[in-house]
Amino acid sequence: MTSILTARMNEYPRDSHELATYEATGGYTILRKALAEMSPEAVVEEVRASSLKGRGGANFPTGVKWGFLPPLYPRYLVINADESEPGTFKDRQLLERDPHQLIEGIALSAYGLEVNHAFIYVRGEYPKSARRIERALAEARGEGYLGKDILGSGYDLEITLHLGAGAYICGEETAMLNSIEGKRGEPRIKPPFPAVEGLYSKPTIVNNVETISNVPWIIANGGLNYAAIGPEASAGTRMFSLSGHVKRPGNYEIIMGMTWRDFIYDLGGGIRDERALKCWIPGGASAPWFIPDLHLDVPVTIDDTATHGSMLGSGAVIVMDETTNVVAAAHRIVRFFSHESCGLCTPCREGTTWLENVLLRILSGQGRSIDMDLLLDISDNISPGLKWPPAQTTICPLGPSSVSPITSIMAYFRAEVEEMIASQEAIIV
Amino acid sequence: MSRLAEWSRNARLRANEVLSAYPDRRSAVMPLLYIAALERGSVDEGAQRDVAELTGLTAAQVQSVASFYTMYKRHGVGEYLVSVCTSISCFLLGADDVLGAIIDETSTPDGETSEDNVFSIEHVECIGSCGGAPAVQVNYELVEGITEEKARELCRWLYGSRPKIVLSDEMQQLFGGTCSFDWGPAEESGAISAVPSLEAYGSAGRESQQP
Repeated sequence: MTSILTARMNEYPRDSHELATYEATGGYTILRKALAEMSPEAVVEEVRASSLKGRGGANFPTGVKWGFLPPLYPRYLVINADESEPGTFKDRQLLERDPHQLIEGIALSAYGLEVNHAFIYVRGEYPKSARRIERALAEARGEGYLGKDILGSGYDLEITLHLGAGAYICGEETAMLNSIEGKRGEPRIKPPFPAVEGLYSKPTIVNNVETISNVPWIIANGGLNYAAIGPEASAGTRMFSLSGHVKRPGNYEIIMGMTWRDFIYDLGGGIRDERALKCWIPGGASAPWFIPDLHLDVPVTIDDTATHGSMLGSGAVIVMDETTNVVAAAHRIVRFFSHESCGLCTPCREGTTWLENVLLRILSGQGRSIDMDLLLDISDNISPGLKWPPAQTTICPLGPSSVSPITSIMAYFRAEVEEMIASQEAIIV
Repeated sequence: MSRLAEWSRNARLRANEVLSAYPDRRSAVMPLLYIAALERGSVDEGAQRDVAELTGLTAAQVQSVASFYTMYKRHGVGEYLVSVCTSISCFLLGADDVLGAIIDETSTPDGETSEDNVFSIEHVECIGSCGGAPAVQVNYELVEGITEEKARELCRWLYGSRPKIVLSDEMQQLFGGTCSFDWGPAEESGAISAVPSLEAYGSAGRESQQP
C-alpha cells in the first residue's frame, strides 16, 4: 500500500510529530531545495501537474484554484483545519501526528503563491492539535524554516495559528475569513471569490490540511508522479475516516478505486456482531446515503460516487447496520445542520428547524400521514428540485446539505418511515 | 466598566502578543475572548468590554462575536465542563446513554451547571472523534471509546480527586476504550479550566504542575 501522508507516523509511531524525527526523515530538505532552486511558478506548476484535488469536501483541483489569484499583493494563504463534518477525523491525525509535514507544505505552497503571511484555522475543540501546531511552529521558527529570510533565501513567511470557538459554518471558506477577521462566522456572497477578494479583502487561497500535507511529497517527487497514483480523476492517496457499526473504525490512507464492498468488509473488517449492512454515508453528513443493493460494487472514486448521486466529500464514511432506525439517524444529522445553521438565510434557518421538528414528531410517536410529503416539501424549499448536486437558494451549501438524509430515507426506506408514522410508537421522548 | 487594569501581567502580555499576530486588531477578538474567559472566569459583559477596549471595537461588536460561537461561555461554567458528543457516529454507538449516565451521576441536567459549581454538562455536535465513538471531552480534553459505566466512573473521579489539570491521556487510560487513531506518546499538557488549553492563552497546564 502506498502511503504518502501517514508514512512517517506509521514508521515512527512514538515520535512522528517531533522536529528531530521530521528532519531525520528528510523533512525541510524539500523546502531548502525549492527555495534555492525553484521559482515560485515552478512550485505552482508541480502542484497543477499533480492533479491534486481539495480534500476538504469540494474536491476542487488545487492547482486550478491557485491559478485564480490576480497579480495583486499582499496575498494570504489560509489552512482550513476546522474539521467538523460529522464522521470526519482525518485532519486531526495529520495535525497531531505529523504537524511539520503540514508546516513544510504550507511553506512550500506560500512560497509558490508569493504569500508572506499564512494562517492555520484549527477548530476550538481540537486543543491537542492546536498545541502540537503551536509547538511545531515555534520549532520551525527556531530553526529558520519560518520567519525572515528563510534559510538565507530572502523569502519571508509568518504563520499564525487561529483557534475557532465551536462553529461548523467556519469550515466554509468565506465564513472562515470573516472569523479570522474577528467577525461572526457568517459566509459571504460569492463572487467575489476569496482568490480575488478574501482575507482583509486581499487575494486569498483557502486549502484543507490534508490537501497541503501532500505538497512536500509532490514537490519532492514531481507532480506527474503524484498524478500517476490511482485512477485518473482521483489522483493520489486519500484519507478516509471510517466510523459507525464497523469492526475496525479508523483513518485509512488508500489509493482510490477499490469497491465499497472491499472498503467496508476488508478495510473495515465488516459489520459488528456479524449483522447485516443497512446503509452507509460515503462522504460525511452532507452526502446522500448508499445502500448495499445498489452501491456495494461502485468504485470508491470521486467520479463514480458522483455518478451514483453522492460524493466523497470530506472522506467520512459512516456505516449503519440493520438495527439502525433510519428516521432517528436522519433526525440526528438534520439536528446537526439545524444547530449549525448561522441563521443568515431563511431557507436554511427555517428549513432545517422544521425538518428537525417534523422528524422529532415522528420519533415521538405523533407522526402524521402528511409528514412524508411535508419533509419533501420543506426540503424542496431549501434545495429546489431535490437534485444532485443540490440546487442552492442560500449563500452557502449548509442548508442544501441538510436535505441529503431526507431524500435518502425517502428513496430507500420510505416503507419504514411510513410504518413508523402509522405505528404511533415513540422511540424517543 | 472595564477592569483591564485588574488583568494579570501575564494575561496582558499574552493579549499584546495576540494583538501583534494579525495585520488588523479586530482579528484578535477571538483569542482575546479566550484570554478574557481565563482571566475573568466567563465571557460575561465585563469580559466583552475588556476585549472591546483592547481591540478598539464597540462592546456591541464584541458581543456579536461572543454570542455567535458556542465555546464562549457567557454565563460561566463549572470547574469541569463535560461535553458529550451526540452527533451521528457517536449516536450510533450509544452516546445518548452516555449522556444520560453523566446527567444522572452528576445530578446536572443537559446544558446546566451543578449547584456546587463542579460540573457543567452539555451535549455537543461532532468533535471529530467518530472512530473512537462514543466520545466526551472534559474542559475540551478528549476521552474516546467511553461506556455508560466508565462515564459514571469518570464523573466520580473528577468529583473525588479534583484534578487541577485535566489530561486527555490520563483520562483515556483510566476510562477510555477504542481510539480514532493511535494517539502516540502521552501529552504532558492539559486544561486548567474550560478554556481550550493553549500556550498562547496561558490556558495550558503541565502534568509536572499537578499537585
